[in-house]
Amino acid sequence: MFEQVVFYTFAAVLTLAAGMVITVRNPVHAALFLVLAFFASSGLWLLLEAEFLAIALVLVYVGAVMVLFLFVVMMLDINLTVLREGFARYLPIAGIAAVLMFVAVGSVLTQEKFTLAKTAAEVAHPADYNNTRELGLALYTQYVWPFEIAAVLLLVAIIAAIALTLRHTRQTKAPKPEKQVAVRREDRVRLVKVEAERQG
Amino acid sequence: MLTLTHFLTLGAVLFCLSVAGIFINRKNVIVLLMCIELMLLAVNMNFIAFSHFNGDVAGQVFVFFILTVAAAEAAIGLAILVVLFRNRSSINVEDLDAMKG
Repeated sequence: MFEQVVFYTFAAVLTLAAGMVITVRNPVHAALFLVLAFFASSGLWLLLEAEFLAIALVLVYVGAVMVLFLFVVMMLDINLTVLREGFARYLPIAGIAAVLMFVAVGSVLTQEKFTLAKTAAEVAHPADYNNTRELGLALYTQYVWPFEIAAVLLLVAIIAAIALTLRHTRQTKAPKPEKQVAVRREDRVRLVKVEAERQG
Repeated sequence: MLTLTHFLTLGAVLFCLSVAGIFINRKNVIVLLMCIELMLLAVNMNFIAFSHFNGDVAGQVFVFFILTVAAAEAAIGLAILVVLFRNRSSINVEDLDAMKG
């Protein structure tokens, strides 16, 4: 009973927040509702005994990705009225597409494979079960190679983001080593023949 | 009693909402990126539900990798957005017609 109350509360908050993300005028409000959606789904993941990922979602998404979103939204001076054009025009198409997709997914969900009898057998863990430990064991043994690739992927993302946004105007007075090294003697030293002057 | 179907339905609702969001906000690149994040969240919800009800931790490992890829995608997407705004002073998708697409 308690689990159901928790599930329906968090599911309602999550659905409401998702609905607000796609309909509110202001992108800042949309980002804040997305934060609320992440918190709600983090609660649901706790209910599903995925403790590590629930905390990681809050730390990584709310702490890093959404702050990045908010930074960018507030940095850009956006003309909201232009961006809202066609909102009412596309609303029916969006509704139809969403309903069609939900019907398609629902037709799969109501099949035999996902009915109550097939999926109700929940695995009960012992009291000393540690989700983080189990996840780490799988990650560092069976999935160590994808894990390393994920690390390289993050490095690529860092370099790409910096390379994209770097401005190439030079604002500091630092010397340029490549020019200093390339300098020849002829560029700097000029020998002048001076006639010797007679004294007095 | 909570079943797998509860969580799969919630994931489906979330995914359909974000698809509708992509249709509605097709001019605003920032909200489009947020809708993609919502989609990934719906997929992650399904993965974790399957992982829990099958007693297999592999689903959570997949969610871990999806979170990694989503973070990288958000960072690069926002970087592209900043460069776009610097060059065009607009983030309207309609203005991006340099390739006559």
